[in-house]
Amino acid sequence: MKEEQNKKDAEKHIINQAASEEYKYGFVTDIETNVIPKGLNEDVVRQISALKNEPEWLLDMRLKAYAHWLTLKQPTWGHIDMPEIDFQDISYYAAPRKQAAEGNGEIDPELKRTFDKLGIPLEEQMRLSGMAVDAVMDSVSVHTTYREKLAELGVIFCSISEAVKDYPDLIKKYLGKVVPYTDNFYAALNTAVFSDGSFVYIPKGVRCPMELSTYFRINAAQTGQFERTLIVADDDSYVSYLEGCTAPMRDENQLHAAIVEIIVEDRAEVKYSTVQNWYPGDKDGKGGIYNLVTKRGLCRGDHSKLSWTQVETGSAITWKYPSCILKGDHSVGEFYSVALTRNYQQADTGTKMIHLGRNSSSTIVSKGISAGHSQNSYRGLVKIAPQATGCRNYTQCDSLLLSDTSGAHTFPVIEVDNDSSVVEHEATTSKINEDQIFYCNQRGISTEDAVGLIVNGYAKEVMAKLPMEFAVEAQKLLSVSLEGSIG
Amino acid sequence: MNALRQYIDLFNDNRKVIEAGSPAVLNAQRDAALAALHGARLPRKGSEDYEATDLEAVFAPDYGMNLTRIAFGGDATESFRCDVPNMSTCLYTCFNDVIVPGPNAMRNAGGMVVETFKEAATRHPEVLARYGSLAQFDDPTVALNTLLAQDGLLVYVPRGVVAERPLQLVNIFNTTQPLMAVRRVLVVLEDGASARMLVCDHTQSKDVNFLSSQVVEIIAGEDSTFDYYDLEESTPLTHRVSTIYARQARGSNVLIDGITLTNGFTRNNYRVTVDGEHAETTLLGMTVAGDEQHVDTHTLISHNAGLCRSNEMFKYVLGDKAVGAFAGKILIKEGCPRVEAYQGNRNLCASPQARMYTKPQLEIYTDDVKASHGTTIGQLDQEALYYMRTRGISEAEAQRLLMQAFMSDVIDGVRLDVLRDRLHYLVEKRFNGTLASCSSCAEACMVKG
Repeated sequence: MKEEQNKKDAEKHIINQAASEEYKYGFVTDIETNVIPKGLNEDVVRQISALKNEPEWLLDMRLKAYAHWLTLKQPTWGHIDMPEIDFQDISYYAAPRKQAAEGNGEIDPELKRTFDKLGIPLEEQMRLSGMAVDAVMDSVSVHTTYREKLAELGVIFCSISEAVKDYPDLIKKYLGKVVPYTDNFYAALNTAVFSDGSFVYIPKGVRCPMELSTYFRINAAQTGQFERTLIVADDDSYVSYLEGCTAPMRDENQLHAAIVEIIVEDRAEVKYSTVQNWYPGDKDGKGGIYNLVTKRGLCRGDHSKLSWTQVETGSAITWKYPSCILKGDHSVGEFYSVALTRNYQQADTGTKMIHLGRNSSSTIVSKGISAGHSQNSYRGLVKIAPQATGCRNYTQCDSLLLSDTSGAHTFPVIEVDNDSSVVEHEATTSKINEDQIFYCNQRGISTEDAVGLIVNGYAKEVMAKLPMEFAVEAQKLLSVSLEGSIG
Repeated sequence: MNALRQYIDLFNDNRKVIEAGSPAVLNAQRDAALAALHGARLPRKGSEDYEATDLEAVFAPDYGMNLTRIAFGGDATESFRCDVPNMSTCLYTCFNDVIVPGPNAMRNAGGMVVETFKEAATRHPEVLARYGSLAQFDDPTVALNTLLAQDGLLVYVPRGVVAERPLQLVNIFNTTQPLMAVRRVLVVLEDGASARMLVCDHTQSKDVNFLSSQVVEIIAGEDSTFDYYDLEESTPLTHRVSTIYARQARGSNVLIDGITLTNGFTRNNYRVTVDGEHAETTLLGMTVAGDEQHVDTHTLISHNAGLCRSNEMFKYVLGDKAVGAFAGKILIKEGCPRVEAYQGNRNLCASPQARMYTKPQLEIYTDDVKASHGTTIGQLDQEALYYMRTRGISEAEAQRLLMQAFMSDVIDGVRLDVLRDRLHYLVEKRFNGTLASCSSCAEACMVKG
């Protein structure tokens, strides 16, 4: 009897291990965390502001946003099935305690270990290639590397809390200008309670010598993460910015509602890459992060360029539309996306390209991959204003279906208000090519590996846009995420 | 302001008059339609699926209605002959909203039955009983049409009957007062039946405001074939809101082609439900618009069965201040394998003020399918224009040639030879005048005819 029980236990253990292998970032760091009580009201907004020693004008902005948020309802237009979120059941601020106490630039070894485990070393000498990292755990930025080296060139790269103190003029000038708090429900919420995030300023004529990156980690339970990123690229500058994110495995859903604002001036270029790997929930759709994000860039200057690249494999629900407002003449907007959903994940993602400047052009390449019982939607807008003559847009959105229970949908909207612009849109939906799998099988490649190969090939166009290190990571991520999803 | 209000009030005040002039089958639907309209609003511009179209404004004016069933009459041949002459059809004319058979309408009809609802109520009540079985009241314009409809045309093709001679219905507006016409068509094809139908919309009174509310229901039995061609050549003051429903059984083949050459405001809805395997659906559309013409098309093809094919192609050429809109959705439900569904929307904007809105959509819940959509908005190929210029063809002529070529694949999809040839001619004529002088073009066409 006992032997049988042991055997069963062992079996269970193996199964559990196999199931948890799917998401290798699902661990929890055991550190003391300061968490403010659950709930949202004006006092909480004031408390967050006070905790961060914010100036009066920022508190005003938060309060205005909060008042506006109260008048809004949770949007329901997405092709996602999301329970109504109880906003009073979330804690809006969580900070690792030691970091908060010391605050002298020394990193808590436990935190350092956490980020080491995630493959994000916080010590500069450990980095092979030059990449500056701002590491954000829950509601605060714990460390930013290479700050001094960047400062020599005049590049500002720091957490937004520090920026509010150190560069109030810049923050005041740009914060909330691309995504005002009146923009949407989650933007209002974020503006009211945002905690930390990164601020980047590239001065005129500077080509940022290294990749800048922010790594977001949710650690504390029952909290939401509301970070805010602001990137300003002044005339003739260039920066490539990366964003990565993970979270522990938990049964309850956690909320992540961020805002990213980018301003690109004359002849400047910003490349923004995301590898989104929030915890997607287990195979029965339990738990996972709700990733409800507003990302928008303003190409204000002539000949400016903004490029969004995203690889979305995580999150129980993804609701994000990185957009470009192409205000400058000859400005360029790009959006490259791979969104992989499996089990019960739901993704409703896409972009908006709003052409206001003459001869502006945009390219959209969106690749959706749906497996299991997941739903994957592309939703986009291409709008060409009457004065924006000579504009060009090319959109391609393809969907690959890996199971007969998953769904792939496209909802593009195109509005053209003049006669000199050309807009093209193409979309296809199909299942994986059986001939290709057969060809691989013939040559001794298992079906699972073959699917991995085909999917990677399918997504290559987007992967090629990622900075090299990220591309390798993303490719691995795609393969890992596909494991066990071929039925 | 709620534009629906005036119609609901009109109905409540005149219910007895309306019901007295209508067959019982039509009256039986009115309560449900009235209930659906309770608290409903007509979509305003900018609401979902109405990005460019304001239906509230279309229904707001105070149109008269022919509640007492005045027997309108007139000369149908004047309008229609010019459009498609030399075509031998079973001809029916709808003067405003009164349907009159043409001389020898049913000669050589080959077993096809065409009757007004009033006639059908006594002769084919079991077929007429299917009235309203496809119409959905979630669209307030359809509920309103059902609320106010008093008569309509039943096309009944019994099992195995192949109607060689096409049926033609000419809708004509001709009154001195602004009028709203409620038009209704029910097509029932039994298994293995085949028929073709051409509907032409014309307006003879040029300076009067008209609104046409049309609902067409097409029930296609197993292995049946049906072509429905809808040609609109009206006036800038004619408004039209049309919804065509089709339900296809196994192996059926339905083609619906909507052509708009001159009009004021048009909203065409197509709702096709494919219930059986091996069914084939073709939706074609062609719009040439100038002045301030407004043409909005909305399509939904729901595949409820596997092994089906659907093909959509809509083309627009927009000049002056014309507004075009296209929104199409292909829905493939779970457990419907091997569906092939294609959707295309190609548009030419030929003037700086022309506006085009397009929203092609796919919603797919099964993996073993091939579905695609493509959309373009652009101008004529400059290199092709240049090529022709270098060979001594004037710019205007070169543009005309290219636009005609642009439209030709939609025209070539027409399965009625006479109509196809005639459409090439009509489109050529339409392009020959500048886009702006479309009405005079139609007039010239009429005189010649």
